Amino acid sequence: MSKEELKIRLAELFPAAVFEEGAEWTTVAIDAAGWEGFAREVRRAEGLEFDYLFCVTAVDWKTHFTMVYHLTSTLYRHVLVVKAKLDHEQPVIRTVSDIWRTAEFHEREAYDLMGVVFTGHPDLRRLFMTDEWKGWPLRKDYEDPVNMIKL
Amino acid sequence: MIEEVGTTAEGDLVINVGPQHPSTHGVLHLVITLNGETIKKVEPHLGYIHRSIEKMCESLSYRQFIYVTSRMDYLSSHINNHGCALCVEKGMQIEVPARAKVIRVLMDELTRLASHQLWWGAMAMDVGALTPFFHAFRERESINDIMEETCGARLTMNYMVPGGVMVDIHPNFQKRVKEFIQFFRGKIDEYDELVTGNVIFKSRMKGVGYLSPESAVSYGCTGPTARGSGVSCDVRKLYPYEVYGQLQFEEVTASGGDCFARYMVRMREMRQSLSIIEQLIDNIPEGEFQAKTKAVLKLPKGEFYSRVETARGEFGVYIISEGATTPYRIKFRSPGFSNLSALDHMARGHKIGDLVAIMGTLDLVIPDIDR
Repeated sequence: MSKEELKIRLAELFPAAVFEEGAEWTTVAIDAAGWEGFAREVRRAEGLEFDYLFCVTAVDWKTHFTMVYHLTSTLYRHVLVVKAKLDHEQPVIRTVSDIWRTAEFHEREAYDLMGVVFTGHPDLRRLFMTDEWKGWPLRKDYEDPVNMIKL
Repeated sequence: MIEEVGTTAEGDLVINVGPQHPSTHGVLHLVITLNGETIKKVEPHLGYIHRSIEKMCESLSYRQFIYVTSRMDYLSSHINNHGCALCVEKGMQIEVPARAKVIRVLMDELTRLASHQLWWGAMAMDVGALTPFFHAFRERESINDIMEETCGARLTMNYMVPGGVMVDIHPNFQKRVKEFIQFFRGKIDEYDELVTGNVIFKSRMKGVGYLSPESAVSYGCTGPTARGSGVSCDVRKLYPYEVYGQLQFEEVTASGGDCFARYMVRMREMRQSLSIIEQLIDNIPEGEFQAKTKAVLKLPKGEFYSRVETARGEFGVYIISEGATTPYRIKFRSPGFSNLSALDHMARGHKIGDLVAIMGTLDLVIPDIDR
């Protein structure tokens, strides 16, 4: 499906979705509360079948967080970028590890480094940091006087 | 983590493999739950070589951050650098000279060969054959020497820069690469005779660590790991970059889904890489090796994603720019990270000895996973 066709199809399925212009791939911003339903639908719907989640990124925008999901279909090869805005005080979003198994590790990484909480995740623990680590290293306000991260 | 050693309520044995264990090829720590000798669960504990490279990159300029990425997948450092350079070029809309494009592909394929050679030696060693390791390192040495002559480095190359490559190839480059191809063609046949046809090796590999195509996709596996399950995912074919679109080569896939299929994919990929190098080595265009770029690079506000095929799979670079000289956020999608997540799924139900074989065919490089 071409970029335009994909956009039309998604607009039909999800009237509330907001499209971002000028990006390389079809980029859609959705409400974090609707993420699970959205994910199940794009994974299942005929002609979309986004079966491969290839990148999960959490971004700290200081006032809020954004979760960015890069999806593609091994059948149609179209790409979809989904963004969900999260609250900065309590960043919470539903896990999609039951839809795409790869999300289990990626979400653990986002939790470990950004402090984003994924509800329903089977095993939400620190991944790289030790269990007793304090703070979320990839956040913009993170300071660590002992371990040099900022150069 | 240490208290996890012992027995569980059901009488299962919990043991640790690593972080200092020869078969984990680096500091990977696995906590394995065993019922007798049968694996019930494998749980990777990561982070022993986590350096927070993504955070570091946020304070490095677009020229500097490429150097750090050589330290991720140190066996594919050229290809890591390549992915980053492509992403910056995409943002800056830099047109890379034809000569640089060909040099880049040549270096990528040589890297892939060197990486697969090391994997082959280590893989055979994992299942109990020590000799191949010495063979593989002997051949890999020739590639390292070629690289050293041109880039000055043997492992962390830092050769690809935004706009092209850092320096032109060494005058001896073409001659030595041709000599190497001649030499290595014979060696691959030797590899096959030594290991591939071996009955003991086959019995350790066949039917072990099955990964279905559906699971491979769901776990986000890429590279030879997914292609061993018949999933077509070669970035060089699907989303050609540089001159890959004009080259004659096959995307190697196998349908077995087991360790032997993944093994065969890599073995055949080596021959494909040789063929790519042969097609290009006499056709390096004359001209500039680097485009003229500004001293200070400022990516326009926006998001840029580039992907390349490393020896382990799809490597993605995702840059979010706010228009400054440093990236606002950078994310590296490393192939090993996703491939590792399928380990538990593949190993369940197998004997503990098979785990080493399964890990061997995943071709894990831990700094690539930990970043």
